[in-house]
Amino acid sequence: MTREEVFERVIKILTPHAKDQEALASASDTTNILDGLKVNSARLVDVVLAFEDEFDLEIPDEDVDGVNTVGDCVSMILGKAS
Amino acid sequence: MRRRVVVTGLGVIAPNANNVDDFLLALRKGSSGLRHNEAMEESGFGCQVAGVPQGVDALAESLFDEGDLMAMNSGHRYAALAALEAWNDAGFERPARDDDAVDWNTGAILGTGIGGMDTTGEKVVPLVNAGKTRRLGSTAVEQVMASGISARVSGVLALGNQVTTNSSACSTGAEAVALGLERIRNGQAERMLCGGAEGASRYLWAGFDSMRVLCRGFNDEPEKASRPMSASAGGFIPAAGSGVLLLESLESAVARGARIHAEVAGAAVNCGGHRRGGSMTAPNPDGVRRCIEMGLRDGGVATGDVDLINGHLTATSADPNEVRAWAAALQREPGTLPVITSTKSMIGHGLGAAGAMECVATTLMLRHGFVHPALNCEDVHPEIEPHAASIPHTARELPELEIAVKAGFGFGDVNACVVLRKWNS
Repeated sequence: MTREEVFERVIKILTPHAKDQEALASASDTTNILDGLKVNSARLVDVVLAFEDEFDLEIPDEDVDGVNTVGDCVSMILGKAS
Repeated sequence: MRRRVVVTGLGVIAPNANNVDDFLLALRKGSSGLRHNEAMEESGFGCQVAGVPQGVDALAESLFDEGDLMAMNSGHRYAALAALEAWNDAGFERPARDDDAVDWNTGAILGTGIGGMDTTGEKVVPLVNAGKTRRLGSTAVEQVMASGISARVSGVLALGNQVTTNSSACSTGAEAVALGLERIRNGQAERMLCGGAEGASRYLWAGFDSMRVLCRGFNDEPEKASRPMSASAGGFIPAAGSGVLLLESLESAVARGARIHAEVAGAAVNCGGHRRGGSMTAPNPDGVRRCIEMGLRDGGVATGDVDLINGHLTATSADPNEVRAWAAALQREPGTLPVITSTKSMIGHGLGAAGAMECVATTLMLRHGFVHPALNCEDVHPEIEPHAASIPHTARELPELEIAVKAGFGFGDVNACVVLRKWNS
């Protein structure tokens, strides 16, 4: 999986949760998920469960604590996948 | 001086219609929304007929985004759709999501009898029992908490007054109207969305089947299965849906030139105290009678002025007692009872949503001057036979209707009564 491929799949998973669809359309690695995309913080657990299903991973809760941006998600997923 | 309260908006998701215009047509035609239910058959129910609103998911997908829909079980969808219809019907626009303005003068009392049992049965219990609790995600709580029904609507419409969910079994929907009436009368709100919703799920209905209070004898003839006031009634048919009425102070409605469906003249709620035959599952007949009398007094309506009764009338053994209570409360001899009908004969028993959908039906009958048929009671129950002339087997035009009464009676021996007066502008 390339970083670009993972980024696209992450964006797709974030799509139903992002209240700011304009920000989502122009999202980059540095886009903050809560403040930038206006994702309800409670929904982060659903996003992580969707990552697990999409990439066939297990993501312990403690690994999510430092994830703030779209790029953080991509890096975490690539790290687990490798 | 207490303020007058009127109905300026109606919304409904019912087994026989997904909006008020279609509901009005269905009521006039006597269209049944009851169908064979495969899930009930698979689960070995004695009753395999239910009233489930059709086409709701497509409707919800056209109005709510994917993220919201992930957290909306059937009851939430019914409530949100009916509330939005009532809001639009009253002449209001749905606020944009990025509009931070809150309507501090409008609230919601939207009840549910059972709550999000589809979420409990299909997600919470299986995942927790399998040791996969973390897979529940973030949306389980808001779907199983009783107040999720009203909370969902408050988010859609940016409501800032009281937002709550009442729960009084099968009197819930009518009780919500009574509670909203009181709040507006007292000057605590200008508008209240009132009603209720109940989801569609075998888990919600299973306990009633086990109690043997659901109809088992008409599984092959679903449209004949709900038989209020019939000699061959054998229990109620479970149903789902939502009804919502936008109650508004008369001065607010007049000031903004709103179209008025009817006046909520009065209402009452009480409990029979589980005495004199009342119990967790049966009504104290004195409580029923007193609730109707209290509602009429509250509305300043004389017993002789009632033109239309939309009863609770579920098609159980309680029907004859209920008709006796109506006759006693209205001081009517056989042959003089006002026309009496049962919306449940068409849509089944929507439990916490029943009174709400039926208040919408009653408001429509009053405004448009007709009574919808009470289906499937050509063989009137012998104890109701003295009042048989008051039962419409087909729709009747009644342009002279002025006062209509809707009552709901629920497990726990609780009662609610709403008195509606025709609005003559």
